[in-house]
Amino acid sequence: MHDLLGYLLFCAVLTAGGWALAGLMTRVYAAERTPLSPVFDPLERGFYRLAGIRADVSQGWKAYALAVLVFNLTGFVALYAILRLQGALPLNPDGIAGMPADLAFNTAISFVTNTNWQAYSGEAQLSYLAQMAGLTVQNFVSAATGMAVGIAVIRGFTGERGAGLGNFWADMTRSVLYVLMPLSVVVALVLAVQGVPQTLLGAVHATTVEGADQVIARGPAAAQIAIKQLGTNGGGFFGVNSAHPFENPTVLSNMVQCLSILLIPVAFCFVFGRMAQDRRQGWAIFAAMGVMFVLGLVVIWWGETGGTAVLGLGTNMEGKEQRFGAGLSALWAAATTAASNGSVNAMHDSFMPLSGLVEMVNMMIGEVVFGGVGAGLYGMLLYVVLAVFLAGLMVGRTPEYLGRKIEAREVTLAMLAFLSMPFGILAGGAISASVPAALASVQEAGPHGLSEILYAYSSAIGNNGSAFGGFGAATQWQTTTLGLLMLLGRYAIIVPMLSIAGSLGAKQRAAVTSGTFPTHGPLFVTLLILTVAILGALTFFPVLALGPIAEQTALAAGHSF
Amino acid sequence: MLTLFRPALVLLAGMTLLTGLAYPLAITAIAQALVPAAANGSLIVQDGSVIGSRLIAQDFAGARYLHPRPSAAAFSAMPSGASNLGPSSATLRREVAARRSAWEAANGGTAPVDAVTASGSGLDPQISPANAHGQAARIAAARGLPLAEVSRIIAAHTESRWLGLYGEPRVNVLLTNLALDAATPVAPAAAN
Repeated sequence: MHDLLGYLLFCAVLTAGGWALAGLMTRVYAAERTPLSPVFDPLERGFYRLAGIRADVSQGWKAYALAVLVFNLTGFVALYAILRLQGALPLNPDGIAGMPADLAFNTAISFVTNTNWQAYSGEAQLSYLAQMAGLTVQNFVSAATGMAVGIAVIRGFTGERGAGLGNFWADMTRSVLYVLMPLSVVVALVLAVQGVPQTLLGAVHATTVEGADQVIARGPAAAQIAIKQLGTNGGGFFGVNSAHPFENPTVLSNMVQCLSILLIPVAFCFVFGRMAQDRRQGWAIFAAMGVMFVLGLVVIWWGETGGTAVLGLGTNMEGKEQRFGAGLSALWAAATTAASNGSVNAMHDSFMPLSGLVEMVNMMIGEVVFGGVGAGLYGMLLYVVLAVFLAGLMVGRTPEYLGRKIEAREVTLAMLAFLSMPFGILAGGAISASVPAALASVQEAGPHGLSEILYAYSSAIGNNGSAFGGFGAATQWQTTTLGLLMLLGRYAIIVPMLSIAGSLGAKQRAAVTSGTFPTHGPLFVTLLILTVAILGALTFFPVLALGPIAEQTALAAGHSF
Repeated sequence: MLTLFRPALVLLAGMTLLTGLAYPLAITAIAQALVPAAANGSLIVQDGSVIGSRLIAQDFAGARYLHPRPSAAAFSAMPSGASNLGPSSATLRREVAARRSAWEAANGGTAPVDAVTASGSGLDPQISPANAHGQAARIAAARGLPLAEVSRIIAAHTESRWLGLYGEPRVNVLLTNLALDAATPVAPAAAN
């Protein structure tokens, strides 16, 4: 009972926080003054002058997309170089060597695409310089890239005809300076007070009470963990992520981090409503996402608190921390897979089969239940395009959204973007399930082994980054294929969505008549949820039947593998 | 080309200085000034040497001590790790059965679920109050302390739910063991 009351309070605080943040964000992207302008305005203008940018010049969709790609390519090259060379660079008190090429390739893509899949263990394989100047930077700018694209897509859907999508460089810079940075400073300091280390000293050697040697890794963790959650990045400072008592020491630190995961994605719904100058549109999308979030949360909570006969009476505590128990582990699992974050405070591989199913479905539908910062909203707008198209087919009228006609070009692009998910999960997973070099990564026998593959491929193409940790992701096969899928999952959605936004933004807005299908009421919210369920979930139902559903059935019959 | 890459290079360099150096170093400076103990890993120092961290589990096997939750990574904090065994795993079934019989042989009674499952981090510093009180009789006998005294020390180190809603009740193993040592009028060396 206390779990459910706790969830209710959490959702209320989250909604209020997102709503309040949306007001600030709308002003930030309209280049209006905000409370932090006196601090950051000179810095912002300095950046633009050095970079040769005119921030007030609005770009078309092609120029915007090209800027995204060039910026992320530059980030990839820089991060790859740091990871390879970290052994020879400063701020490396534990003497950690450079990363091998395939792992550095995987890690660099992972952080540039906001996936933050960890095929490495942070405390053992990264220097402090790589954590700070490498990963933390990409935590900020990959999140800012997603936010910029989200805003650009909103401008295309809602803006004046022919106004363009805005300026990528300015949107990215403002995302960092006025949204991510101030929130990160606050969260980092709260975490440090709670006991998250923030030090440049190396690992400490302890002699335990019973006389054993224990090497305790630490480092500048609090600063990175704050942005890891706020930017829906999710890559941990430590290998076991936010289950580690240094990464997430208290119940308070857990709640602050959990809130940080969903805060900006929730705010984006309300930013959409504000920029559309019709807040009901934002509430409708928020409602659709919220219903799916709560449904998933309840299933995971039911599974984890119910436990399993294998463990005896009580909750499923394998892979969970005592301070969080089943209740807060379930909340985190729902939030991190919904929001494209991918950090964990408990080991998903050890969750009950149907909990794992919800986690996978959250990723397979394309991370649109709040989703990644910016990315969740433009992912959901993809389903909106398809939903109004379906509604148009049913009534035999050209579909419209926010007064703009949805035509063959938009629907084609939306379907192309949508297809990247089944391609990555079904084709990628099928190949991985039949190639011996790939099968070596699977830890578990029986249907749970298939779930491990499915989870990994869903996480990579969905840019989530969480894993069934028993899956050995550090082989050359997996670092390469999953790396390529992360690229596909990011840019095969960004480019078509920017193109749709560009095309809608060039259209005349039609007047609202009695024949217009309203896109803010409960009818539309239901239609949107059903579109996500039918298109997203049913594509994957057959393979889910072979994985988690088969495992649940076997477990109920008392089988183990 | 240059017009395309110049903004990318300049902004990446600027962001690296701002978010990759200035931000973490500023947070380091503030945290070290405000909460130096927490910022350096909540270490516990006895007689000039570090015996562990308040937040990081260490192994206790002796009968005189509260035992932590099982660790899949043998209490390694470099690197940390979990079992990642799935609910239908036969290995998990065997491990849980072995832990259950070991716990019940040592303490009597029924093993609570947190005593038979490996934690997420392998470094979980806390156990459930049921687990702690289940071990109290064994500890009291090994130390020659009254059971009520051991129970009192455990109760004094029990934390409850935050706001009555969040998290589970828990007992920090290392801090409780240090308090037990302080309450036992025998030098630890003599007891060993």
